[in-house]
Amino acid sequence: MARKKEIMKQAVGIDYDEFETGGISFDYERMMRETGYTLQEMQEIQKETGVGNTPILELKNLTELARSLAPKGKGARIFIKDEAANPSGSFKARRAAISVYHAKKLGYKGVIAATSGNYGAAVASQAAMRGLKCIIVQECYDSRGVGQPEIIEKARKCEAFGAEVVQLTVGPELFYTFLRLLEDTGYFNASLYTPFGIAGVETLGYEIAMQFREKEGRDPDVVVATNAGGGNLTGTARGLIKAGALNTKIVGASVNLQGLHMASDKQFNRKSFTTGHTGFGIPFTTWPDRSDVPRSAARPLRYLDRYVTVNQGEVFYITEALAQVEGIERGPAGNTSLAAAFSIAQELDQDKIVLVQETEYTGAGKHIQPQLTFAKENGIEIIIGNPKNEVPGENIILPEHPSLIKARDIDLNKLRKSYIKNCIEIMKVDSLTEEEIEFLAEDCKSNKEFVINTLRELNINI
Amino acid sequence: MEYAKKGDWVRIHNIVLTPEERAPQVPEDTKLVPLEMWTKGFLIDDEAKIGDTVTVETYIGRKVSGKLIEINPYYKHDFGKCVPELLYIGRQLRGILEGGDKIE
Repeated sequence: MARKKEIMKQAVGIDYDEFETGGISFDYERMMRETGYTLQEMQEIQKETGVGNTPILELKNLTELARSLAPKGKGARIFIKDEAANPSGSFKARRAAISVYHAKKLGYKGVIAATSGNYGAAVASQAAMRGLKCIIVQECYDSRGVGQPEIIEKARKCEAFGAEVVQLTVGPELFYTFLRLLEDTGYFNASLYTPFGIAGVETLGYEIAMQFREKEGRDPDVVVATNAGGGNLTGTARGLIKAGALNTKIVGASVNLQGLHMASDKQFNRKSFTTGHTGFGIPFTTWPDRSDVPRSAARPLRYLDRYVTVNQGEVFYITEALAQVEGIERGPAGNTSLAAAFSIAQELDQDKIVLVQETEYTGAGKHIQPQLTFAKENGIEIIIGNPKNEVPGENIILPEHPSLIKARDIDLNKLRKSYIKNCIEIMKVDSLTEEEIEFLAEDCKSNKEFVINTLRELNINI
Repeated sequence: MEYAKKGDWVRIHNIVLTPEERAPQVPEDTKLVPLEMWTKGFLIDDEAKIGDTVTVETYIGRKVSGKLIEINPYYKHDFGKCVPELLYIGRQLRGILEGGDKIE
């Protein structure tokens, strides 16, 4: 672990020290510009491997349902961007496409990614196309040897693409195993948090703007993106901004898993979502630089206009609804934002547009039925009732009526304050320069006044 | 007793860290159990039975050692059992759409 910084530098090919501007701050935009690719370059790279240009579908029946539940005149049109159409079945292909291209360009013989999610399959798929070897390290099992069906399916998919899959029991020491592998093999770290990994999602945001302008003559009013590590939201927002869609509101959505500890052996299999949840969403939003690289390119607080949670039962319900009234079968985790959007649409006028920014593929293990079967087998009670009463780790409550589905707000100012506090504590500073204050204001989408007030509350000198 | 022979596709298991070696920040329950690892590969040893320590060549050509636990490993995940709790959803939604059911 002491060699971590050196190993990472070798495995990612970026000298992060170059972008530090002293103390807390660093030049984020310069890092993204100098170590990344332009939007056009990324579109070309992604085109080479069949990534991107996914369809946008209007969900007319869900819109009508939302309207029947909403106050008169309310019920925005709900659209979805079918990212499941990408090779490997999720928007993660956009990130993997750039990371793997970059690895090949730099001469690496292979790529490694630490992920239990769709990113693994995406990296394996891109590595297959570009002729690189691939190792995926997953956190999959508890100490009883019981594995989440969703994760086992992802292992299968990675192996289908010719990758080696290393599966571990739950614990943060996955990072240590991952570092060992990087050191032993000399492969590239296809990290989720490098600039090009995040920038790969910018094409998604850009496409949204372009597709809506062509189809509807305007930008969507609201884009809902699932938030965990922050890359999805960051990339999408940056892409929308690059397209000039400056009035589109960016809403992050996470599945509420509050109360569950992500590194707990006993609690590991008591949740039905591997990612896209508050277990990652809250920590990564309030301290992005906890990632495997010194400075994370995923910085959701820079872009979030609103952050909401939905409960597991609501996501399962909406997944079933998507199949039953829209004739589309997609994986549950990819519908986190759809559950939030269904609620948010009811707050907006009927002529407004809400876009759900992703879907994911579905299959054995990665489907409401096996996931709920697994939940039952692991002591979770499945109830039909009011989702607001759901207790993660104890039950899953399917809404007894769709009107009960609600996107619940997280106080962004509280998160901003937490972020500022973390910067102070982790970087161990007791006074800040003007430059650092400006950086903090930008990094959490607030203003100098807010930052200064927060610092005063923490007794920090300016 | 089932034997695997050289070249068979097998699954192996390892203890990466004993409970004592675990990171200090892990929660209490995780502290009590080891960090375990599983991977698959082609058997390099001439012959082995379940439980033997073996060396395999992974699909990408890396050599890894571990305890042999499964020969021709298969994927046990599936589409799950029937979850009758889900059955109301489709009919409920169709009912609302067809009936123009309004809720305040």
